[in-house]
Amino acid sequence: MDITGLEMIGAGLIVIGAGIGIGQIGGKAMEAIARQPEATGKIQTAMLIAAALIEGIGFAALFAV
Amino acid sequence: MRRKFSIKKITFLLFLVSFVSVAQHNEDGDVANAPKKEKDLKTKIKEEINHHVLDSYDFDLYSFTDDNGKKVHRGFPLPVILWDNGLKVFSSSRFHYGEALVKIDENYYKVYHNKIYKTDAEGTINYDAKHKPTNTKPLDFSITKSVVMIFVVFLIMFFMFKRMARGYQKNNGMPKGMGRLLEPIVLYIRDDIAIPNIGEKHYKRYMSYLLTIFFFIWIVNLFGLSPLGVNINNSIAVTFALAIFTYIITTFTAKKEYWKHIFWMPGVPVPMKIILAPIELLGTIIKPFSLMIRLYANITAGHIVLYSIIGLMFIFNNWLGSSLSFFLAFVLGILELLVAALQAYIFTILSALYFGMAVEEHNEH
Repeated sequence: MDITGLEMIGAGLIVIGAGIGIGQIGGKAMEAIARQPEATGKIQTAMLIAAALIEGIGFAALFAV
Repeated sequence: MRRKFSIKKITFLLFLVSFVSVAQHNEDGDVANAPKKEKDLKTKIKEEINHHVLDSYDFDLYSFTDDNGKKVHRGFPLPVILWDNGLKVFSSSRFHYGEALVKIDENYYKVYHNKIYKTDAEGTINYDAKHKPTNTKPLDFSITKSVVMIFVVFLIMFFMFKRMARGYQKNNGMPKGMGRLLEPIVLYIRDDIAIPNIGEKHYKRYMSYLLTIFFFIWIVNLFGLSPLGVNINNSIAVTFALAIFTYIITTFTAKKEYWKHIFWMPGVPVPMKIILAPIELLGTIIKPFSLMIRLYANITAGHIVLYSIIGLMFIFNNWLGSSLSFFLAFVLGILELLVAALQAYIFTILSALYFGMAVEEHNEH
C-alpha cells in the first residue's frame, strides 16, 4: 500500500480530533459564560490556552506530512 | 466624537487599500502573461505562495512580466555577507534574482531554492539520491528581507515607547498621544497576563520581557498582513529565537522549588519519583518547543491559506467564483488580523505561565 496515502489519512484523523477538541472547549466555555457571565474574562483566558495547546498538536500533524 | 469617527474611517480605508494591493500584487504577475493552460496558472500561484512564504536576499516590492515577456522586479538589493575562508560582502543585485552566478575571489556562488551554494564555474549543482543539493554551503550572515524588517520593527518599537515614556514625563503621569493608544494594552498585559500568572511578588521582573515579545510578535504579524508582505514569523529561526529567550529566562530565574518539583517530586512514592524526573525534564524542553511550533505554524498556515484563496480568483476566472473568493479572502483577512493579535497574546500568556511556574512558592507541603 502507498505509504504517503496512509500518512495523509493519519494527519486527517489528527486534525479531526483537534477540531473536535477545540469545538468541545469552545462549547463548554460558552456554557460556562452563560452560567456565570461575571467570570467571562477568566473563562476566556483558560479557553484560549487550552485551545492553543490543542492547536499545536494539529499543526504538528500537518507538518509531519 | 467627530474625530473618532474620522479615525475609524481612515483605518477602514487603509485596510481596504492594503487588501486591494495584495490582490493587485498577484494580478500583475498572472494577468499580464495570460497563460492559457490551467496547470501553468496553478504552478504559478504555487510559486508565488512559496516566494511569499520564504525569506529572500532582495527586498522585492513587486514584480511583473513586461510586454516583451521579461520579468521585471521592483525593489532594492540587500547586502549578502558570507563567511567562507574569510569574510565576503557583496550586493545581492549581482545574483539577478537567483538567475546569475557570482564570482568572488575565484569562488562561485549560486542561489538555489533561497539558499546560497558554492559551485564550480558553470554553476552546476550536484544532487544526492533524495534530490538534495550536495554542494557546500558557506556560512551565511546576510542581511535578508526578514532581517531588514526586524530592524524596522525594532526602530518602530523603540520610537513608539520612547515617545510614550516622554509623554508621561511631560504631563506628570497623564497619558497623551502614543501613551493613550498603548496604555490600555500595557495595563492589560500587566493586570490580566502578568499578575494572575506570575503573582504580585515577582511580576515586575518579567514585565519588560512580556511587553517586548507581545509588541514584537504583534507588529511583525501586522507587517506580514500589510502590502509589503514580509512575514518574519514564517521563518522558524525567528520563532526559535523567541522561544529560546523564554526558555533561558525560565531556567535562570527558577527557584529551588521548581527544580525540586522536576527532579524529586514531593508527595509521591519513590519509584514514581524516578519515573517522573525524566518526563518532567523533557517537559521543560517541550514547552518552549511548542511555543516555537505554534507561532510558526499558525502564521505560515494562515498566509498560505489566504494566498491560496486569492489565487483561486484567477483559477475560477469568472465573475461569480472570483467575487466569491474575493469575499472569502476579505473575511479571512479580518480573521488573520485577529490571529495576529491572538498569537502574540498566547505566546505572552504562556511565557508568563512558565515564568509563574518557575517562581511559584509551595507553602502547602
